[in-house]
Amino acid sequence: MKSKTAKEMNVKPVFNESGFEINPVYTADDITNSSTHNEMPGQYPFTRGIHPTMYRNKPFTIRQYAGFASPEETNERFHFLIRNGQTGLNVAFDLPTQCGFDSDDPRAFGEIGRVGMSIDTLDDFEIAFKNIDLDKITVSLTINGTAIILIAMYIAMAEKRGFDISNLRGTAQNDILKEFIGRGTWIFPVDKSVKLVVDTIEYCAKYVPKYSPVSVCGYHIRESGANPVQEMAYAFCIAKAYTDGALQRGISIDDFASRLSFNFDIYGNLFEQIAKFRGGRRLWAKIIREDYKAQKDSSCWLRMIAGGGGGGLTKEQPENNIVRSAYYALISALSGTQTMALCSYDEAYTIPTEHSAEISLRTMQIMINEMGICDTVDPLGGSYYIEALTDKFENAIREEMKTVDNWDGIINAVSTGKIQESVSKQAYEREMGMQKGNIPKVGVNIYTRNEESREVEFHPYNQLAADMQIDKLKIIKEKRNNAKVNECIENIKSEALNNKNLMPSIIQAVKEYCTVGEIVNAMKEVYGEFKEPIFF
Amino acid sequence: MRVLLSKPGLDGHDVGVKVLAHGLKEAGIEVHYTGLRKSIEEIVNMAVKINADIIGLSILSGTHLVLAKKMKEELQKRNLNFHWVVGGNIPAKDIDELKKIGANEAFATGTKVSEVVLYFISIEKNKN
Repeated sequence: MKSKTAKEMNVKPVFNESGFEINPVYTADDITNSSTHNEMPGQYPFTRGIHPTMYRNKPFTIRQYAGFASPEETNERFHFLIRNGQTGLNVAFDLPTQCGFDSDDPRAFGEIGRVGMSIDTLDDFEIAFKNIDLDKITVSLTINGTAIILIAMYIAMAEKRGFDISNLRGTAQNDILKEFIGRGTWIFPVDKSVKLVVDTIEYCAKYVPKYSPVSVCGYHIRESGANPVQEMAYAFCIAKAYTDGALQRGISIDDFASRLSFNFDIYGNLFEQIAKFRGGRRLWAKIIREDYKAQKDSSCWLRMIAGGGGGGLTKEQPENNIVRSAYYALISALSGTQTMALCSYDEAYTIPTEHSAEISLRTMQIMINEMGICDTVDPLGGSYYIEALTDKFENAIREEMKTVDNWDGIINAVSTGKIQESVSKQAYEREMGMQKGNIPKVGVNIYTRNEESREVEFHPYNQLAADMQIDKLKIIKEKRNNAKVNECIENIKSEALNNKNLMPSIIQAVKEYCTVGEIVNAMKEVYGEFKEPIFF
Repeated sequence: MRVLLSKPGLDGHDVGVKVLAHGLKEAGIEVHYTGLRKSIEEIVNMAVKINADIIGLSILSGTHLVLAKKMKEELQKRNLNFHWVVGGNIPAKDIDELKKIGANEAFATGTKVSEVVLYFISIEKNKN
């Protein structure tokens, strides 16, 4: 039996967001060549999942985003989340910390602790993680521009606690290339920024082998306007750039590839997302084995956090977002994710309350405990439609990666703004499609009702906490050994000039309570700053 | 008409400001964009340099009141009289507050691009 096209069945053609025409019906003929026929989960190329038993042994990790004004409040929140059964912590930082300004810098004014916790020195880190067992909880640091400093702090804190860092686990986002495309917390020029990421990979491969120093983010690229194929393709190009850098340092692919992880976005067409992940997982495995000659299976694993994307949620009829997020969670689980995070339903206009954060947590827990989602691996494997679409995604992502090659690679494509230009144009087209009603969105352009407009809310800015943060910094600057601090800063500059791996010098500096700003400024002196190409 | 769109402060959310830039461009309006993380002083310098008719500040991190006050001070200090508007994740109660500070208008997220374009065009018409 052949599958039938829309034309043959005399129905209107349908295209998904990635531009593939979708047949009204699929049959076994559509997947005769599919490689998954003979593939078991846990077997290369891992289309069906990276582990043989997946959630039968252990469900995906639930990791919600958290981070409040001060390290003290953040610590309280962490303990609250842990009491509620969360096994991973995802830490948010304020913008000065992300951009490399200390709390006492004029550019930090009004921003201290606003969108996450404020970190000036190792002291703040020690307060935030007080009584958090680094052995039992996996901590993910959502930090990029200053990631090398924050990872250094995490390692320094563990060392000071007497923790054997060869057993230290955790994740840092530390994907600077996507910051140039979306999110925007870049600091240094593109090539130097990549160098710093590679420094962390090299250091961790040698001394902190269980730590995942990079989580490559398709997520923000998609949120900036990329379609699902581009999301995967650009993320893979970025991951390859870091991989190439690490290989140039003489580390073997099998010594670090298994520690690379990915962060992807979920919104839109359910089947398209699932096929995106299955096809992407297969392609990534092939890239690592065929192009990079990895021996170990674990090097070929596409490990991911895949969560509900903010881009799919709406400010209109916000309770609908609870339903959307439940679908996104289902997509994520059906796609074989390792870790899941959901946006809260009110996140489109406010910072989630404890109540809305709890609904997200319960959404995932209901799925795990009531829906049988963990009972069998890759439950959609063998579906004519899903397998056909999976094959299509593998090929389309590969083709899209060639487009980046034609732009002379991802570093060049980002430095010149090529990707930013194409992604922002798509964001405009998408927005116009929504505003004109061509892209249906419930509550926004269809099934709308007159509703009270939802009040946008922010955590009230805590000026007192901000002032206390500045005071604390002042005291630390007085108390610390400033001769040693200067020595450490000079050392970072000279190591940067000599093109050395900066991790050891930064770990030494944070232990002497050098500030994030001081370290960033030392690096700026040597590396300069990124000049943003202006495209829209 | 010449519009300068800008990203003051440390906020990196630039999807919205770029969408608006596209929309204005398509409506035949000359658009300039500062790029991310500019100080108010840098933004005003650029507005003077290109002789902008309107300055748009895009802010999604919640810092709009702080930055609007800085904008007001900077314009007063230099005795400049620009038409300026704020866009972003702005609570309804802050829209009046922004106008009190001195912004000519404020647009919360969810505002249609066409609405902002029409507003800009009406400003130009009233000027002439």
